[in-house]
Amino acid sequence: MALYSEKVMDHFLHPRNVGEIADADGVGEVGNAVCGDIMKIYLKIDNDVITDVKFNTFGCGSAIASSSMATEMIKGKPVSQAMELTNKAVVTALDGLPAHKLHCSVLAEEAVKAALKDYYDKNHIAYDPKQFPDCPSCAHCAG
Amino acid sequence: MQVYADNAATTKMSRTAIAAMLPCMETTYGNPSSLHTVGQRAAEALLAARETVADCLGCEAREITFTSGGSEADNQAILTAAHLGEAKGKKHIISTAFEHHAVLHTLKKLEKQGFTVTLLDVHENGMVTPEQVAAAIREDTCLVTVMYANNEIGSIMPIAEIGAVCRAKGVLFHTDAVQAAGHLHINVQEQNIDMLSLSGHKFHGPKGVGALYARKQIPLSTLIEGGAQERGKRAGTENLPAIVSMAAALREACDHMEENAAKVSALRDKLIAGLSQIPHSAVNGDGKHRLPGNVSFCFEGIEGESLLLLLDEKGICASSGSACTSGSLDPSHVLLAIGRPHEVAHGSLRLSLSEENTEAEIDYLLREIPPVVAYLREMSPVWKDLVSGKKSFLL
Repeated sequence: MALYSEKVMDHFLHPRNVGEIADADGVGEVGNAVCGDIMKIYLKIDNDVITDVKFNTFGCGSAIASSSMATEMIKGKPVSQAMELTNKAVVTALDGLPAHKLHCSVLAEEAVKAALKDYYDKNHIAYDPKQFPDCPSCAHCAG
Repeated sequence: MQVYADNAATTKMSRTAIAAMLPCMETTYGNPSSLHTVGQRAAEALLAARETVADCLGCEAREITFTSGGSEADNQAILTAAHLGEAKGKKHIISTAFEHHAVLHTLKKLEKQGFTVTLLDVHENGMVTPEQVAAAIREDTCLVTVMYANNEIGSIMPIAEIGAVCRAKGVLFHTDAVQAAGHLHINVQEQNIDMLSLSGHKFHGPKGVGALYARKQIPLSTLIEGGAQERGKRAGTENLPAIVSMAAALREACDHMEENAAKVSALRDKLIAGLSQIPHSAVNGDGKHRLPGNVSFCFEGIEGESLLLLLDEKGICASSGSACTSGSLDPSHVLLAIGRPHEVAHGSLRLSLSEENTEAEIDYLLREIPPVVAYLREMSPVWKDLVSGKKSFLL
């Protein structure tokens, strides 16, 4: 299908890291069903390194592919590095997304950050709240 | 296996339609407006096509205007009624919330020009009643436009009865019959229809051609100015190959309407029965008043675009009313109009069949679709919340 790049289709058809982690150290869920996209990311963190990551996503092909790619990009990485994940990096890694699907990559970045914030909160680790911008509505990032 | 189940989007052209088109390109290629023999042969072919379409609708040939498709026909019908109404100080139009955008966007434009539009609510089963229409008609109503059958959920409106209400009140009645033409019985006299739109490619004819029926007393407004083609109501050299081909396709569809409907609706019913086995699913539209080929479902907990992509991988061509497939943030206005909540409407699937589909294909669909739904649910946090009881099932 020409709508998506081969990379997107590969991650959509063979998503990496699908599932849940029962004893996750951080869990983040963003989006809402009304808008048609929800991503939930589970992190297992040892010594500040993301040792395992799983996701569940309700959404379109690019939402699933973005979740898959984002989890691959932070797996095995230190928390500080995962905090630097951007939606642009996810888009680049996927060889691009159609303009009206860019919000899916934003959602993936936000899901990762929400899970990291949960990890910080649970472990009483201080952070700058500005690193975690609020997601006011689906419309704010819709291309 | 490749299963084309998106016939409401467009159909494969029939051999008959293709065969009818070829002579118009090879031998009857003249301009129907030309005086010479080659041109006059084209004019004869044009007239024959017009007579065929008129015969299929139960009207006179001169009441048929060929257009570029259903959208143009809808636009022209509505703007005509608006202009006629405006001249009499009548600027109120009645339609429904689940019309095609060719109708809804034209009405939006008229609203900006000072018209008032009443969009009737659609019942949960996808029906609008003549009583609703009667109650909405005012002194200043100049047009009622209600689709014959809905493109997404397949429900068939009581067109003759709605037409009778309009006739009794002296209000023009237009119906967008794009999904109905060639599939359902049409007789504009018996059904009290003043104007009707149809599109060639929905019944195995070519794309880019359609027709507008307008009762001969109705002076059409022109959308395209220029030459005197189509009695001066639609300028531009006629697309003869497409017009002739559409007429042949419509003739064939009407000649085989009953046998096609019997075959296709049997396939439809089998598919609906099979897919209904999927838990937390629901059929959209009416159980009885339904296009022969329409199967429309909502599956809770999943999103339609990912469903379509996975089905495409299995060779299944279908469509969905999810936001991601509509290119907006909102799912289909049709599904919202029948009261489906957003989160359910995102998980919609439309399979639209034709007489080209086979029993073996239905078996294939019934084998392949349920596991794909289950797979996506297994990955969906929404589904997990529903199963765990954190949220309540809506279906």
